[in-house]
Amino acid sequence: MQHTHTQDTLVGLFVAFGIAGLFFLALQVSNLSSFSNDDTYTVTARFQNSGGLKPRATVSSSGVKIGQVKSISLDPKTFESVVEMSISSRFNTLPDDTSASIFTAGLLGEQYVSLEAGGSDELLKDGGKIELTQSAIILEKVIGQFLFKSAEEKAEGNK
Amino acid sequence: MELIRLLGQNTLAGFNKLGRGTYFLTHTLAGFMELLPRPHLVINQMYSVGVLSFLIITISGLFVGMVLSLQGYYILSDFGAEESLGLMVAASLVRELGPVVTALLFAGRAGSALTAEIGLMKATEQLSGMEMMAVDPINRIISPRFLAGLIAMPLLAALFSMVGIVGGHLVGVGLLGVDNGSFWSQMQAGIDFEDDIINGVIKSLVFGFVTTWIALFEGYDTTPTSEGVSRATTRTVVNSAFSILGLDFILTALMFGD
Amino acid sequence: MNNIAQDNLVSVRNLSFSRGNRPIFDDISLELARGKITAIMGPSGTGKTTLLKLIGGQLQPLRGNIIVDGENVHRLKRKDLYNLRKRMGMLFQSGALLTDMNVFDNVAFPLREHTHLPESMIRSIVLMKLQAVGLRGARDMMPNELSGGMARRIALARAIALDPMMIMYDEPFTGQDPISMGVLVHLIKALNTTLGLTSIVVSHDVHETAAIADYIYLISDGKIAGQGTPEEIKNSSSEWVQQFMNGTADGPVHFHYPADDFIDDLLVPSKPDHPPRVSKRYGNLEP
Repeated sequence: MQHTHTQDTLVGLFVAFGIAGLFFLALQVSNLSSFSNDDTYTVTARFQNSGGLKPRATVSSSGVKIGQVKSISLDPKTFESVVEMSISSRFNTLPDDTSASIFTAGLLGEQYVSLEAGGSDELLKDGGKIELTQSAIILEKVIGQFLFKSAEEKAEGNK
Repeated sequence: MELIRLLGQNTLAGFNKLGRGTYFLTHTLAGFMELLPRPHLVINQMYSVGVLSFLIITISGLFVGMVLSLQGYYILSDFGAEESLGLMVAASLVRELGPVVTALLFAGRAGSALTAEIGLMKATEQLSGMEMMAVDPINRIISPRFLAGLIAMPLLAALFSMVGIVGGHLVGVGLLGVDNGSFWSQMQAGIDFEDDIINGVIKSLVFGFVTTWIALFEGYDTTPTSEGVSRATTRTVVNSAFSILGLDFILTALMFGD
Repeated sequence: MNNIAQDNLVSVRNLSFSRGNRPIFDDISLELARGKITAIMGPSGTGKTTLLKLIGGQLQPLRGNIIVDGENVHRLKRKDLYNLRKRMGMLFQSGALLTDMNVFDNVAFPLREHTHLPESMIRSIVLMKLQAVGLRGARDMMPNELSGGMARRIALARAIALDPMMIMYDEPFTGQDPISMGVLVHLIKALNTTLGLTSIVVSHDVHETAAIADYIYLISDGKIAGQGTPEEIKNSSSEWVQQFMNGTADGPVHFHYPADDFIDDLLVPSKPDHPPRVSKRYGNLEP
């Protein structure tokens, strides 16, 4: 059994490269690195309608990603959508009167939660609630309202 | 009448082969226990199954990534969404092309070599000779190769995806001028560790299992003549390709169809 | 253990075996004496190699028993069968050397698989066995660099590595030049006497086999066509035995394969030939 020494080295190199590939995929390519190795804290917000928001959607503030949506559930009593978000502890200075809105990235893009800081001195803590929310804009509703309004205006003009 | 008879005969032969293949598989898996004290048998096989496939996998990965980037850029730029190029390249590689193309190349490179090797060992009575030396050829010859294939396949697929993404980056950022930051950040935002990376690894494990099984069984089950060995080698590549693509559809439906 | 009285190492009793629908053996019985060289001879295709595989437990008989050293080969559990095989050596026609190892490792293979001897001791044993077959100098060669005769001698060294009680030789003389043949004849005889082995030689090389065998069985058409010491066989009154031993072209075994009358065949050229029944994709599935 000659050559085993070189062979062992080559096999070792191969395995090392393969594992490096797996690490590369996990850390550089996927979202694993973004927050999961940081500490995060959780806040919840209630929306009348969370539209097409999905778990793991981006939570941003002034366009900078600061966290992601953890879960979305329905409150069985109030029929509101309860959105749980995990936010990186690096951004732990959000005031407790921060408002949350659901926007769409571009015309066809994914929906995301945008947090807008208020002016309070108290800070949001782990498990805190965001009171001020603005629901997702549902395109059909907007168009419906627009058509309804213009029809109304027309009708008034005819009088 | 003749047609029906042939059909029945072939179906029965197919089931018979599947049965023998399953028995062969359980015997092989049972042999894993005896490999624990002798890891060297597996390492030797890792060389022929993994190291020798390294070059073809990395070069193919590089070119597939570069082409993906080029094609994706032209489509995405129509929508003004060039920033998503990184995401598109990474998603197609990690979810589909990485595991599938690697498995197809693996079947062509390592699978056919395994079939030919085992088939020739059978044709030259080496397997029979081992049995007469009271050495179980399945434990001694087949099991280490099977385990080596199982370990090598996910590593090769990960390498393929990594090199592909690097190739996509070279073309996208280096050649076409997509912003480096958005290339990576869009990718990281869109690729989920569990949904995409882990599922990709599971896929490549399944493909590695099936391909190695087919390759080893075709070799072990071959008619011990040179003609039989060459036919078995062809069958390995064809059957592996069918199994990989068929299983890919099923796995994709299970994994990504919410 | 009660079989020791008979002093037969291998007893084949009422053995029948068939491959597909083709009967290979039909109720044959053989007794192979301990410490002797027994030859099993017969025309090609009479299943002589099959008999060795049956004795080694690689094939299951249709009916009958094979008893080796007091143990019924086909009733043994897998583990016991493997233990029995450690005491049997078999020399395959092709040598069956492992092509990815050199000569030394090939001979060391059974020792490394079955014993936990230190490497220094394995080295001594391997060199001793290689010396016995006269190929100690070839220890670093790979199997594909060996001539057919050398490969067989290496395989023989491997077969005796575990000091078995018996060796089965499958066509040891086929395709050898006269010198290699002489070497092998000498080796088989020498190993038998010096190591006290029981040898079974399967062959159709009449003269070489007759020169070393203590007892000969002739097999034809699944039956035993003749048996006895080489002397008895040579003086046999059976026409078939005489034809086989002297290699005459025509006799009880006809020169022509059974066919229709030649003249008839020539005169009726339009008679449709039956195409052979073989699968288009896989060809004739029989090996």
